[in-house]
Amino acid sequence: MDAPAAERLPASALASRRSRRDRVGDIALYGLSAAASLVAVFLIGLLIYKVFEGAWPSINHFGISFLWEKVWDENGHPEVYGALSLIYGTAITSAAALLIAAPLSIAIGLYLSELAPGGVRGVVGALIEMLAAIPSVIIGLWGILVLGPFVQNTLEPILSSLLGWLPLFSGAHHTGGLLPAMIVLTIMIIPISSAVCRELFLTVPTDLKEGAFGLGLTRWEMVRGVVLPYTRGGVVAAILLGLGRALGEAIAVTQVIGNQNVINVSWFNFGNTLASNIANKFQGASYYHLEPSALFYLAAILLIFTLIVNVSAQVIVKRFELKQGR
Amino acid sequence: MSAVPETGLLLASGRVRRRKRVGKAVELAATAGSFAAVALLGLMVGSVVVKALPALNWDLFTKNQAVFGESGGGIQNAIVGSLVLIVVAAAMALPLGVLIAVYVSEFASPRIGVVVRTALDVLNGVPSIVIGIFIYGLLVLRFKQSGLVASVALAIIMLPLISRSAQEVLKLVPPSLREASHALGVSKWRTVLQVVLPTTLGGIATGATLAIARAAGETAPIIFTTTLFTNTTTFDPRNPVNSIPFMIFYNSESPDPHLHEQAWAGAFILIMFVLGTSLTARYLLHRAARKLQQR
Repeated sequence: MDAPAAERLPASALASRRSRRDRVGDIALYGLSAAASLVAVFLIGLLIYKVFEGAWPSINHFGISFLWEKVWDENGHPEVYGALSLIYGTAITSAAALLIAAPLSIAIGLYLSELAPGGVRGVVGALIEMLAAIPSVIIGLWGILVLGPFVQNTLEPILSSLLGWLPLFSGAHHTGGLLPAMIVLTIMIIPISSAVCRELFLTVPTDLKEGAFGLGLTRWEMVRGVVLPYTRGGVVAAILLGLGRALGEAIAVTQVIGNQNVINVSWFNFGNTLASNIANKFQGASYYHLEPSALFYLAAILLIFTLIVNVSAQVIVKRFELKQGR
Repeated sequence: MSAVPETGLLLASGRVRRRKRVGKAVELAATAGSFAAVALLGLMVGSVVVKALPALNWDLFTKNQAVFGESGGGIQNAIVGSLVLIVVAAAMALPLGVLIAVYVSEFASPRIGVVVRTALDVLNGVPSIVIGIFIYGLLVLRFKQSGLVASVALAIIMLPLISRSAQEVLKLVPPSLREASHALGVSKWRTVLQVVLPTTLGGIATGATLAIARAAGETAPIIFTTTLFTNTTTFDPRNPVNSIPFMIFYNSESPDPHLHEQAWAGAFILIMFVLGTSLTARYLLHRAARKLQQR
């Protein structure tokens, strides 16, 4: 008679202890994970706040006309800073890189989803993904020491003999400048955009494609008539994702672009971008009164640009997924 | 006049031949484009290997960088510095990233889940140079440059990568596992820690490995947050530390060929590390997928 009573008591005590432990455990896990998520959301707010706080002296001093001021002069009296040459450099290098990278990425996506034989498909896909994994500083190192001499001694002479009448391809040849920056950015966009394109093209329903073949279309006509229209929004998003990377790339660009805050028409000449100017100038900026905040101002502009590009890419992808009912 | 011969309908007319030719040309161009991208990878990795080989020796790993004006020396301080930065950054980002994924997949209402996921996506899209300047404004101005501060910047780069991949694998866990655990009266936190998370370990490890590979090569977030001018090897993250990407960046801008050689050697070590970790991640993913399929 004693034994069951003795068992009952510890058993109930154990149960209540366990339930208390479970309550505490549940609350702790919920609290910790919710706090972690709050940190992520809070981090975005803090980032935007801190960047604008750092930029405040320049926003106050130069106002919105900072956007269309051409001069960047630390040593002037007074110091003058303007973003126009950098906005130009960012726009022209990203646009040219996109112009080359977009058709190439679509072509690679098509090759990997439609054309490549089974064995080659995996290997080529993996290798192009590897290209995305190469750190930008190594692409920049290669850009200065290997691509630069090639651009100066081979590519630019060819371009100026063929298209020298265009102001874009005139003037002296350099190892650095806008042209190598465009090439470097193209190399960085391709693996991202082509990977997204491949995934998109693989979502096209087989019956649609077979229907097109059944009507006697060639493979290219099927791609043009079925695959591309079906994935149009997604392809735009893939290219926007690449653009987001190109706009924000600082290191590889600053290594090759020559870092001169001027607007040069010739692509053989030097330039600078928003991101590369920050990377290049920030170390020495504290010697000057307003330069640190002017660089923060550039970061704020860059942040806004990239946010717009990335958010619109995501909105397009979401819409695409909704349309597919995934 | 029915001039078209009856047999002609079954043969390829000029127009069909042209359509086929256009198709072939486009296919050829797409193939050429893909192989050009692969060739580019080969060219880049090849350059790194060829240029680094003469510079590879034991001094790289056993000696610190030479003081300005002296020749010789290695990059031990940069290698150790990179390891310190990555380990500390992963120690911050991994638990935080997994906790966020747990919250989104196990606790959050759909609407809050969307908010958190969007925040991570936005964070992922912020250029790394902006993260560098943000951490400068947030931490460097107060605590000076140090390995710890730079690790925080790298952790912010890693966080969305780790958390997103963890969310993806948590979504793959069959609901029946959770339900079975609940039916046995197991509490939620033990279900998550002992049933759900163990099945996703492979996927989480993959995401973490990819994030480490990415962070190891990042330069922009650390150029303002930890300093280059340290020639000593230190394992203490409270000190400023050099790192391989930073060393490559600095040396590549100098005109000194010896420093270029050092940069190539650093690039070789970094590329081997990055490609090695990426391959490991692929293997882990493969294994994790197989394990989940067996269930």
